[in-house]
Amino acid sequence: MDRQKEKTETNGTQSAAADPAATLLESMMLIRAYEEKLPEIGIKMVCTSVGQEASAAGVVHALSAEDLILTNHRSAGHLIARGADPGKMLAEVMGKSTGYCKGKSGTLHISIKELGIVLTSTIVGGELSLAPGVALSQQQLGRPGIVVCFFGDGAATEGVFHESLNLAAKWNLPILYICENNQWQAYVHRRETMLTDHISTWAAKYGIESLTVDGNDVHAVHAAARVAVDKVRTARKPFFLETYTFRMHGHMEADDQSYVDRQELAAWAAKDPIQRQKERLLREGLLSAEVIAQMETRVRSTIESAVAFAGSSPYPELAELTTEIYA
Amino acid sequence: MPNVTVQEAISQALTEEMRRDPRVLMFGEGVATKRYDLVKEFGAQRVRNTPLAEGIIAGTAAGAAATGLRPVVDLLFSPFLCFAMEEIVNSAGKLRYISGGQFSFPMVVMALTGAGWGVGAQHNQNNEAWFVHSPGLKVVMPSTAADFRGLLKAAIRDDNPVVFFSDIALAFESGEVPAGGEIVPIGKAAVRRDGTDVTLISYAKTVHACIKAADRLAEQNISAHVIDLRTLKPLDEETILNAARKTGRVIVVHEASRMCGVGAEVASIVAEKAFSALKAPVIRLTGPDAPAPASFPLEQAFVPQPDAIVEAAVRLVNYGETSAGDQEQRVSLATSL
Repeated sequence: MDRQKEKTETNGTQSAAADPAATLLESMMLIRAYEEKLPEIGIKMVCTSVGQEASAAGVVHALSAEDLILTNHRSAGHLIARGADPGKMLAEVMGKSTGYCKGKSGTLHISIKELGIVLTSTIVGGELSLAPGVALSQQQLGRPGIVVCFFGDGAATEGVFHESLNLAAKWNLPILYICENNQWQAYVHRRETMLTDHISTWAAKYGIESLTVDGNDVHAVHAAARVAVDKVRTARKPFFLETYTFRMHGHMEADDQSYVDRQELAAWAAKDPIQRQKERLLREGLLSAEVIAQMETRVRSTIESAVAFAGSSPYPELAELTTEIYA
Repeated sequence: MPNVTVQEAISQALTEEMRRDPRVLMFGEGVATKRYDLVKEFGAQRVRNTPLAEGIIAGTAAGAAATGLRPVVDLLFSPFLCFAMEEIVNSAGKLRYISGGQFSFPMVVMALTGAGWGVGAQHNQNNEAWFVHSPGLKVVMPSTAADFRGLLKAAIRDDNPVVFFSDIALAFESGEVPAGGEIVPIGKAAVRRDGTDVTLISYAKTVHACIKAADRLAEQNISAHVIDLRTLKPLDEETILNAARKTGRVIVVHEASRMCGVGAEVASIVAEKAFSALKAPVIRLTGPDAPAPASFPLEQAFVPQPDAIVEAAVRLVNYGETSAGDQEQRVSLATSL
């Protein structure tokens, strides 16, 4: 596709929209605070999206309430941006009965039906296999919402990625594919697994319109996502958006990242999406330092309440072991 | 009662359920091509051909099932289910539990299996036990035209993922099927013969081998009780145990290989819960632990035949007439295929 043309349209759409800058910033700050709290309180078997917050906040805030989201093991950003309660998320991570999935999911596959977060799978590529069916339901049952599917560059190397894109294109399914290209596939750098830098070029081969954005610029992600959502909603066919970003922490918090190139890490740290957005808003006079400080206070207080709620919540009754296996 | 083939029985079930419930749809490789009657009646949106990629067919079914549709997918031959294990086992089977009961997966996965067409090991593997061993799934494997229809209807109406195996050898067999909408409940075995001396427990094509064996045993004044499991998960423990207690002698017969097969589970249930009623060891007659051969005589030799069932039954009935140790040795020799 014509990326230059897309970029122009993108900017046009964004400038015409209401300024969501403050919402996007606070959403990213809440995601960061939540994820950084986890290792602090001893939860290290968890996959965080630190450094990727712009992708989650920028995309999710471009959606409507009727849209459905499929996500994966690195989901906290998507959930929080959608309005999930960090307390119930943390309770789930801790295996407490007050968690969104009653403690049966743990951190890896949190679904929240009431927020349209459906069928979260931790099998890399699982979300890609399920998305066409969810979109088929929307199509067959005449529901207005589109389906957004978050996955990474690792999932793009799974066979089912290709099966999913091909079927969605052929059946005109309303799916917005969001490839969070964070350069890491568990313990292997993306460069070791593929020849190309961008996954979006693969989508084009299946006849799906695609675009790559700077995934560390929340402003750019949000603008591109608004265009993409609009295209899927009106054309009722898939669109592929690649957010080019970096996984700043290890595969999970317990991973010390000793294998990560320090220079590459430093270069991406300099592009931190939260810092960039703060500086931009201050520079352009859109937000004052006081307002940002108020946000920080709010975020801190939300996370403290979440820790208190989850910590004091009970574990499930042992009888829960064999409930909800069958409908 | 009208006599129909298994193929017709399946078509009737699909047609009736699609008429009854607009959320039911069917897709898979060649579905729209082979079931053009369904396309004509229900339209191309509800009866779809797909790419032959089993993973995305099953994944699409799971995604659709969780969000309001009731898909039936045809994955053709059971070994192809290997390409769809992730979607069937990890998604459809587990995501209800993992999500704390937020979603359900009303879907049916159909596949052919078993000896009969000489299609060889990559189109024929009786892998039903894999799915029995996976949480959250139901597994059905009928033996009669009436059950194909009644169980498929029940599977489509069930709110859980059901793996529906069709024994290749039965595809063009015919049988009496009641007119009207009789449902055969999932989880209920059938007594095919009432007998008092020995119980034969089976499913799919080997049920017919058991019935033939029962006829021959009757000529020798041995009365065989024949159970058709029909559903492999959930297993009908009550019927199994009643049948075991009734005769005190149990032979489990299936084409799938022995180790960790359904027969192992049936034998364990009987040993655990009806031990005191047993007059002889529970034995299994099964296919060998080998890939399925294509050559007709080899393929037939793969399947437990009536002769072997008769021989085993006679031995069980005579068990205890000589010293027990001697008999155990003879039974174990007879059953080590």
